[in-house]
Amino acid sequence: MNPELSGILVSFAITLLIGIPLGKYLAKMFAGEKVWTDFMKPIENGIYKLSGISPNQPMDWKQFLKAMMVINSLWLVYGFFVLMYQDKLPLNPDGNPGMTPDLAFNTIISFVANCNLQHYSGETGATYLIQHFIFMFLQFTSAATGIACAVAVFKALRDKTTADVGNFWVYFVKSITRLLLPLSVVVALILTFNGTPASYAGKDKFISLQGDTVNVSRGPAAQFIAIKHLGTNGGGWFGANSAHPLENPNYVTNITEVVAQMIVPMAMILAFGYFIRRKKLGWVIFGVMAVGMFMLMIPTISSELGGNPAIAKMGVSQATGAMEGKEVRIGPMATAYWSTLTTIVSTGSVNGMHDSTMPLTGLWQLLGMMINSFFGGCGVGILNYLIYLIIAVFISGLMVGRTPEFMGHKVEAREVKIAALITLLSPFLILAGTAISSYVFNNYGNANWAVKPSSWLNNPGYHGFSEMLYENTSANANNGSGFEGLGDNNIFWNVITGLEILIGRFLPIIGPVAIAGLLAKKKFVPESAGTLKIDTVTFGIMTFAVIMVLNALSYFPALALGPIAEYFSMLK
Amino acid sequence: MSNRSNKLFEPALVQTALKESFIKLNPKTMMRNPVMFTVEIGTAVMLYVTIYSFTHAGQGSFAYNCWIFAILLLTLLFANFAEAIAEARGKAQADSLRKTREDTPANVVLEDGSIVTRSSNQLLKGDVFVCETGDTIPTDGEIIEGLATIDESAITGESAPVIREAGGDKSSVTGGTKVLSDRIKVVVTTQPGESFLDKMIALVEGAARQKTPNEIALTILLASFTLVFIIVCVTLKPFADYANTPITIAALISLFVCLIPTTIGGLLSAIGIAGMDRALRANVITKSGKAVETAGDIDVLLLDKTGTITIGNRKATRFYPAQGVSEDELVKACVLASLADETPEGKSIIELAQQGNTRISSTAPDGSEFIKFTAETRASGINTPDGKRIRKGAFDAIRNLTINAGNQFDAAIEDRVKAISSNGGTPLVVSQNEKVIGVIELQDIIKPGIAERFERLRKMGIKTVMVTGDNPLTAKFIADKAGVDDFIAEARPEDKMKYIKHEQAAGKLVAMMGDGTNDAPALAQADVGVAMNSGTQAAKEAGNMVDLDNDPTKLIEIVEIGKQLLITRGTLTTFSIANDVAKYFAIVPALFIASIPALQSINIMHLHSPESAILSAVIFNAIIIPMLIPLALKGVEYKPIGASALLRRNLLIYGIGGVIAPFIGIKLIDLLIAAFI
Repeated sequence: MNPELSGILVSFAITLLIGIPLGKYLAKMFAGEKVWTDFMKPIENGIYKLSGISPNQPMDWKQFLKAMMVINSLWLVYGFFVLMYQDKLPLNPDGNPGMTPDLAFNTIISFVANCNLQHYSGETGATYLIQHFIFMFLQFTSAATGIACAVAVFKALRDKTTADVGNFWVYFVKSITRLLLPLSVVVALILTFNGTPASYAGKDKFISLQGDTVNVSRGPAAQFIAIKHLGTNGGGWFGANSAHPLENPNYVTNITEVVAQMIVPMAMILAFGYFIRRKKLGWVIFGVMAVGMFMLMIPTISSELGGNPAIAKMGVSQATGAMEGKEVRIGPMATAYWSTLTTIVSTGSVNGMHDSTMPLTGLWQLLGMMINSFFGGCGVGILNYLIYLIIAVFISGLMVGRTPEFMGHKVEAREVKIAALITLLSPFLILAGTAISSYVFNNYGNANWAVKPSSWLNNPGYHGFSEMLYENTSANANNGSGFEGLGDNNIFWNVITGLEILIGRFLPIIGPVAIAGLLAKKKFVPESAGTLKIDTVTFGIMTFAVIMVLNALSYFPALALGPIAEYFSMLK
Repeated sequence: MSNRSNKLFEPALVQTALKESFIKLNPKTMMRNPVMFTVEIGTAVMLYVTIYSFTHAGQGSFAYNCWIFAILLLTLLFANFAEAIAEARGKAQADSLRKTREDTPANVVLEDGSIVTRSSNQLLKGDVFVCETGDTIPTDGEIIEGLATIDESAITGESAPVIREAGGDKSSVTGGTKVLSDRIKVVVTTQPGESFLDKMIALVEGAARQKTPNEIALTILLASFTLVFIIVCVTLKPFADYANTPITIAALISLFVCLIPTTIGGLLSAIGIAGMDRALRANVITKSGKAVETAGDIDVLLLDKTGTITIGNRKATRFYPAQGVSEDELVKACVLASLADETPEGKSIIELAQQGNTRISSTAPDGSEFIKFTAETRASGINTPDGKRIRKGAFDAIRNLTINAGNQFDAAIEDRVKAISSNGGTPLVVSQNEKVIGVIELQDIIKPGIAERFERLRKMGIKTVMVTGDNPLTAKFIADKAGVDDFIAEARPEDKMKYIKHEQAAGKLVAMMGDGTNDAPALAQADVGVAMNSGTQAAKEAGNMVDLDNDPTKLIEIVEIGKQLLITRGTLTTFSIANDVAKYFAIVPALFIASIPALQSINIMHLHSPESAILSAVIFNAIIIPMLIPLALKGVEYKPIGASALLRRNLLIYGIGGVIAPFIGIKLIDLLIAAFI
């Protein structure tokens, strides 16, 4: 078999091999059953005691969300100031300067929100202290926040009628002590042994074959890169992210990182099924997501392997596929595979330049982020999916002649209102953001910002439009990857994407938790022969159709003006 | 009913509806429907653009703008027409019921006993009137004195007269029905304009119509889709500016109107009204739209055995004397005990006795005291002046009676009772002076076709429960034979209540039908309570529907009407959204082709020109509304094939069909337009 193809098949097989048992383990662990990681209990109890948390205290959905919001706001505020004054703090061997307020605003939101959109470059923009104790810390907590909120939804949907969605602090602490931390240790070790630096030393120097002196940034990167993927964060230690030879040195680390970013989102879906004791439902959702993933991945791989039609016209052979913006050690297929996964699961790390991928690849990457629930981010993937589920349940419930019910609870105006609002939010943020960017680009080209709007775009035309659309989409989806080729470190992009990330992160978490909390308080209606079963292939297809139609309808005109126009123009 | 119309578009109704469609353009009315209200705003903008384009260039030709404006206006009118025709049909139906009772003279009894004649619409609640043979009853009321045979055919269509009498559960009379014999005194139970029918008419008419919870939820969803498309269309302007593509306002508004779910938005209220109307056509008056909706969700159906599962009444088929009692003796005692028993069972005992050889007298000795049947004693009978106390009643009632009196209960009788019961018969035990003298066997006849109906209900996921006063053995025999899932035997009103509460506690929705005052609490407790029109005022107040036909099988029809209502909403929503895919492929290339020729590749329908593409899409969007009105009014058919299969079927027809249909429709319209340009 083609070694490139076997490479991605092996990656996927390993992902399944780890993801499936991990799902079962997570369901048991969060349900409080006996698991092998119970040896962490004393440490957790120590944390509870130290923080004055009573772990057995039940919370209703409002208390739960309040706890979540309070702790995240706290990190947001103190992180903002630390970033601005990082130059005055220790662990800064390379003498990096403090951040401007707008960049600090964007960056801290980005890390609190698990987005990791980076308008700075790791080598020059952040000190070791920041990278380690702000960024890496938030990479753990933001992933744990998403997971904890998903578990609250699990609990609400499992119990017949309850006000208690579980204790935020407990889910949060357990997500770290029993999932993210142990896995990170394993991944970090693999990376370190393959050449990723893990020391606090500053820049290294070498003289190249041409005789130039080259400064090479280093730092404690391996630990950071482990949680960056496990927590679907995606923020790179170095500016070039996982395309950087020290961040992703070889094919083994490439597989390790691509597997690491998929296992938790995948496991959370199955954990949902096991936790609520509807194993089949977990697998149906898993199936829908997997089909969606392949639907985006197969054309991506084929368009990258096909090479660039513009180059083909010149009569140049492209036997290895489109190589612009790709790392030779990784190759186009593994890069295409990665680019699909990183956009569907909201990691946003890259091992190649998305800006250089084929126009249709850009289309699939954008769609992956717009849908944002084919597996999706840590915990939040299933939360996003829940919104689509509620709408699918509502419409198909009507189609079979019953007022809609979900997991034994009637879906009524209030739940629909929340689901509708969240559905509305993504098109609003993405399209309005892109519209404002286009408007500023068209009308205020000379605004006196760090980067003038007229010189934002490396490529004007359709591709430039895609660059702006991608940036807004990535921010809203909390993905954090960049199409790049966009001059984004200026007050306009820092503020607008900062706001998009903040709203695009927290409302889609609050919404599903609120829906689950409201549903759980309602009377439980047992299933009868007339009830629409949601763990069937038919309902899976219905949900898939809802996802595809809603997204296609929301974004078709924008996509037509960006990647689609670019693609057809290239063929002409 | 005499003038029940089955035609969807009666010319007179169409005329009213056409007029109404224009009146409903009033923005205040339109605001109730957010989807169509945004279309109205779009239409208003187009009117301005049309006038503007008459004198200015840059927004497309005047004629083209005129066309778009006209089609948008038509879209609005079509949607209004859908609602108006549904209202008109409902109102016509209700009016024909109401007509029967207009301006009937009423003989009102004043407090001093004198009688004056007043018009029926002057009757107030609490007034008392009398009706004699040949009179039409002026309004709804309850008999307080007398008994009469009444012809209710004007309301129910049933020609056989019924008996109504004071006291008991058959004391209600309906306005518009006719007294055939005897004289009754009736107290008016409703204020003028507040009868169930009046309430129903108000429900159908615009102003008082309240959206049902499900309708509200769907409206929210549709409004949010509309908002998404507002965002899509508004942001398209700066996008197009970036791409150096001027977009005309006409094109933007057309895109917007095509994308928002106008099909379901335009038909939504018509679907709701049509649901109530279909109930009314089945002679069921609903007190709220919600009740119809809830009916579709029913999990448990409580059905009275008599009249629903079995044909009317049981008949006495045999007398079994106890040991030491001659048959003659028993028959005579039975006849005596049944003389005052007006129930069909009681009459059938006398009929059976007359067939035999025994000479029977049809009058009781003077000074006899008749003991009426009550739900508590569950026995009736007679005390004759010569000291005989004859009772007939349920087995355990009579057994208690005898045992309490210190007498032995004959074991042979007990066996006989069991034998009768296990054959589906009902034993009626007869005692004289607290000693058992024999058993009367009553037999039930199960309605033909009822087992198939229960099978259909089971496929819908509905559990049927038979409620009967019979003993458990008899009940089980009939339940098995008729195919019901469960039964409540020897049921007293509080048993029904208990059963309903028990099912509800498990999260089930329960429907029941009842008529008596003692049914009222259960009717109120049930999620769908259907009171018979012949029932007491209390029962009718407690339930949320009234069945004019007094037909217990009506519950099954009501459930199907409820399901149809929801299915119609769901399928048309799906259809409406699925339509958008094709509309995008028509309009998006049309918007950009001038400046981005490469986008010709997504003009997969090969539409003639950008203008014709936009016009075709808007025209398709408009005419699909009237094309679907018949479906909205009649409702999408419900098939009890299981929820998943039903979803597959409707997804295939209305989802996939909804994607494909507009591709064909828009292409055809485009060909037509191209031919005329």
